[in-house]
Amino acid sequence: MSKESTAETGHDIAVSSVEGQSALAPINARLTAEQRIDLYRTLVRIRRFEERSLRAYQAGKIGGFLHLYIGQEAIAVGCCSVMQKDDQVITAYRDHGHAIAVGMDLNPLMAELYGRVTGCSKGKGGSMHFFDPSRNFWGGHGIVGGQIPLGAGLAFGLKYLGRKGACLAFMGDGAVNQGAVHETFNLAALWNLPVVFVIENNRYSMGTSQERSSAGLSLAQRAAGYHMAWDTCNGHDLYAVREKTAQYLALARDEFKPSVLEIDTYRYRGHSVADPDKTYRKKAEIEEYQKTRDPIQLFQNLLRGAGVLDDALIAQIDAEARTEADRAAEFAEASPYPTVADITKDIYWEEDHPEKKVSQGRIVFD
Amino acid sequence: MPVITYREALNQALAEEMVRDPNVLLMGEEVGQFNGAYKVSEGLLARFGPQRVIDTPISEAGFVGIGVGASMLGVRPVIELMFWSFYSVAFDQVLNNAANIRYMSGGQINCPIVIRGPANGGTNVGATHSLTPENVCANHPGVKVVVPATAYDAKGLLKAAIRDNDPVMFMENTILYNDKGEVPEGDYIVPLGVADVKRAGTDLTIVAHGRSVIHALQVAAILEKEHKVSAEVVDLRSIRPLDEATILASVRKTHRVLLVDENKPFCGVGAQIAYLIQDQAFDDLDAPIKRVSAIDAPQIYSPPLEKEQMPNPQRILHAALGVLA
Repeated sequence: MSKESTAETGHDIAVSSVEGQSALAPINARLTAEQRIDLYRTLVRIRRFEERSLRAYQAGKIGGFLHLYIGQEAIAVGCCSVMQKDDQVITAYRDHGHAIAVGMDLNPLMAELYGRVTGCSKGKGGSMHFFDPSRNFWGGHGIVGGQIPLGAGLAFGLKYLGRKGACLAFMGDGAVNQGAVHETFNLAALWNLPVVFVIENNRYSMGTSQERSSAGLSLAQRAAGYHMAWDTCNGHDLYAVREKTAQYLALARDEFKPSVLEIDTYRYRGHSVADPDKTYRKKAEIEEYQKTRDPIQLFQNLLRGAGVLDDALIAQIDAEARTEADRAAEFAEASPYPTVADITKDIYWEEDHPEKKVSQGRIVFD
Repeated sequence: MPVITYREALNQALAEEMVRDPNVLLMGEEVGQFNGAYKVSEGLLARFGPQRVIDTPISEAGFVGIGVGASMLGVRPVIELMFWSFYSVAFDQVLNNAANIRYMSGGQINCPIVIRGPANGGTNVGATHSLTPENVCANHPGVKVVVPATAYDAKGLLKAAIRDNDPVMFMENTILYNDKGEVPEGDYIVPLGVADVKRAGTDLTIVAHGRSVIHALQVAAILEKEHKVSAEVVDLRSIRPLDEATILASVRKTHRVLLVDENKPFCGVGAQIAYLIQDQAFDDLDAPIKRVSAIDAPQIYSPPLEKEQMPNPQRILHAALGVLA
């Protein structure tokens, strides 16, 4: 499963499949037309949700950080679409795409951005902290790399409990330099944990390029030091993402072998909306990606070519996605905020379940 | 009733809870094959096997985070820190993740972990091995903090902590591991949030936790014998949740308070207790609240000086007489 590489830098070697070739892999070949349309629809829905939330942020409706997933949609959609029933997913703060890809409804997502009590975290988390355990989605985390031990823990838990599943633990290219990530790589390999560490390499860790932050060759190749399988993948190709992810999920699920999968991608917007995006890359580079490697456009091209999509359906899907995002913003705008009394709820399980409480004394102070 | 050591009491609690609930496991450095750096987990690997008693590499951030992640799925890990001082390399996992995941998810998730290990000075191991971070941990909404002083409390509180569905920071003391006490065989719990009046008295309230309770009891005996003073010793047992009622009831009875703990002064546990008492029982006080903390410096190595730096019966007695004057 290991890949050899002679390239100087990570992004030069990332293209490991000709765009479209992965359509032939069984995991993709057996998709029905309806399923392909659905994948395409999810890509578009993420894109329109992100654009709508950006406008809401610029209108002052959203506070704090907003880390947009625009340009990276094929990763969340591709990876989550090949998850099996007991597979789990966890990611960092660029989590809107993953939340939508696992099937979360847009209304509570937008309401969460607006800080309303109808938000998916009751307004207590915000953009970086979308969670849905019922969909095996464990967040949404703010500290770079901090979610990676948690992801290995989900894998550990699955194995301990005898559940046949694996965990997709996502991180960005910057996270691979965090100590906690190295500790986790070692533990996963040592303990044979069913985890796939997915590096969404969009080439820039906030304003610092991979060349300026990471010594060595490809990021995933660091896995070799821990005797772990690793691979690279073209994140602009939805079918390629599906093919590789399914392969490494099976390796984890069936053989308890962890792996590191580095997926090449690109974000059109800054690190967050507060990032002026002027100091570390050129506009021409962004435009080149948008024109020639947009994952949604590329998948659309494939489906058009296969006769699955036509102009009318493309337009309809787009219109519906825009409407859905607008409705979510309306829902958010009309929703109430949490109350001051709400601030001190959802801290402790015992306090939230008073009928089962065993401990006594004062637990929240003033 | 059997008389066993604090260490044996912890061992019993671990074993009994592991029998009771197959989701409970123990992980940490040297807990298995080595039988525990301080022998708290002696015999557990032989009894429960390597699936449930897990030796970890030296990766606190990694294995604490793994424990937290697994707990989200319903595993109930007891994570041993060889020294609570080592929590600092896992701070993000302990006090960012474990403390906050429930809140950030709007109450959808809980992390039923226990992190346990010795949190104490007095063994000449210097500044980076002698932390007592119960005050730091207690400053974080989302975690619970427990510091047993006796074998009886150690077993009962550890059982309660393991059954608790919230993250519990459980702080032991290497010097207390050999202390003996009466401990019932079989199942009982000491609920979190309940202080214990270890010695009833009428003239002075001494509030303490951990090893300072043992010193306070020694001082109370001296006060009785040599000064005809009847001191009441309140053992907090639980820092968060905090048994405010028992503290205040004692203060209303004796009207004089001495706080003793091993924390460094600034924002030690005593600071919170002092605020509580002056806020709720101001008119019941006949004297300012006094405190014995560690002398405010990184933990010194030199053995006789470390003894002086820490709260000890001599310093506590001196302070007690000051409150009574």
